[in-house]
Amino acid sequence: MAYPIPPGTRDVLPDEMRELRAIGERMRARFAAAGYGEIHTPALEYEEVLRRGDAHAAGARYRTFDERGDVLALRSDMTIPTARVVATRYGAAEPPLRFCYLARAWRAAERGVGEPREFLQAGIELIGLPGAEGDAEVVALTIEALDAAGLRRHRVGVGDGSLYRRLLLALDVPEDGHEPLVECLFRRDLVALERSVAELGVGAGERELLLRLPELRGGPAVLDRADGPVAEAVAGLRALYDLLERRGVADRVIFDLGLVRGLGYYTGAVFEVYDPAVGFALGGGGRYDELLGRFGRDLPACGVALDVQRVHLAQAAEEALG
Amino acid sequence: MSAERLSIAVPRGALFGAALDLLDRLGVDTAEVRANDRKLLFADAGIVTMRPSDVPTYVEHGSADLGITGKDVLLEQEQRDVYELLDLGFGRCRMVVAAREGGDPVADALRRLGRVRIATKYPRVAQRHFAATGRQAEIVEVKGSVELAPLTGLVDGIVDLTATGGTLRENQLRVVEEIGVSTARLIANPVAHKLKAERIDALVERIRS
Repeated sequence: MAYPIPPGTRDVLPDEMRELRAIGERMRARFAAAGYGEIHTPALEYEEVLRRGDAHAAGARYRTFDERGDVLALRSDMTIPTARVVATRYGAAEPPLRFCYLARAWRAAERGVGEPREFLQAGIELIGLPGAEGDAEVVALTIEALDAAGLRRHRVGVGDGSLYRRLLLALDVPEDGHEPLVECLFRRDLVALERSVAELGVGAGERELLLRLPELRGGPAVLDRADGPVAEAVAGLRALYDLLERRGVADRVIFDLGLVRGLGYYTGAVFEVYDPAVGFALGGGGRYDELLGRFGRDLPACGVALDVQRVHLAQAAEEALG
Repeated sequence: MSAERLSIAVPRGALFGAALDLLDRLGVDTAEVRANDRKLLFADAGIVTMRPSDVPTYVEHGSADLGITGKDVLLEQEQRDVYELLDLGFGRCRMVVAAREGGDPVADALRRLGRVRIATKYPRVAQRHFAATGRQAEIVEVKGSVELAPLTGLVDGIVDLTATGGTLRENQLRVVEEIGVSTARLIANPVAHKLKAERIDALVERIRS
């Protein structure tokens, strides 16, 4: 290639662009119809501001300096910038607040199929509506937005990002042993998890719990199999299921008690979006009740972001299947 | 990914026979696969065959729901987003550092030249091993017989997989260090792991028992 572009980036030509724009627009319109106002924030943020939201600046990859020597970073998602906007521009506004975006973000490629470093996200942030009620609104709207984008078989995996840590606490596993186990889950290495759990020296019952919980995934019946030390968190998921049932989208949800997401700011429910036509997640999100507090406006919040290009891939694959 | 059945990527090569034996025990008819050396896709049995290092690629993408491959391959391709579900136990071999018999070329190179030159088909595993043990290594990636590299003076040592050590001995090489043990693993596509949970769990349960 005579004139290369950076790895993980790509050019989009008219045929693809037309379809991408149509999909993004249909999702954005669905968000807007649900009362989510579209916002736009700078691509470049002060790195210090991103770090306030997440110790790793949420995986921001590209940094530069301005003329004063301040470090600027290309934002890696829209969640931290939205939290900043709410705290600084909506300091006194009565919650709940609803925002949507169709925006580019840049991230370090870590693992996964041809992981892009620049991507277009369609997403929402629901600020100030706590617990299952807020989660249900975000999950239902995610499903509806993908309906609008032309998908038919999509599912939302729902878990609780704090579940495994809570279980470790409840079972009195020493604190310095938590991170390696969560790391096994995050790397999806269940063989290593089994070995690490065996080395903990806990009883057979505890060992069984630590190994079984991450394997629980499926319909609401899996929640019945996960009581005991995590009953409180599971009760939250059950409440979420009831609300989704009332919204008529409960059959699109897969509970996944082993679901963990990489970003540090999630505090409760976490989501991942799938379509059987493609082998990778289309997007994800979750509840981040502590993030806004770090910017000085202590409000619970929940959001989701969909990768428009991946939604397009799934839509094209579904179309091909007929 | 088809909705109806599980598809599995099976590695040709050293793990091939044991992988097919396992599938036989699970009630998958592998007769056609065994009888046919050149054919790659066996739609009726839900089997695709390929070289072991390609298995994570197909599974990550979802072109196969499940796959069987060596831990050595997974260690070399750590960035692959796949579930590692089970240690299947077969295909046991060791990942080792080896050097020419007589003397200690690896230690000599480190002491006198400050770095060691290592030939391998596993550049990431080798790089990680030397970095983790605080030694500077210059990694030379080769595709063919790694044993040749130290014999011709290309490198001071090699990082390679060995089952019995026979090939090393025949080439006057000896094991200097063991990096780890590799066995065959069952891996799964992350989306299939959610959307085909029941079928995958049932299969894992049957392999365990």
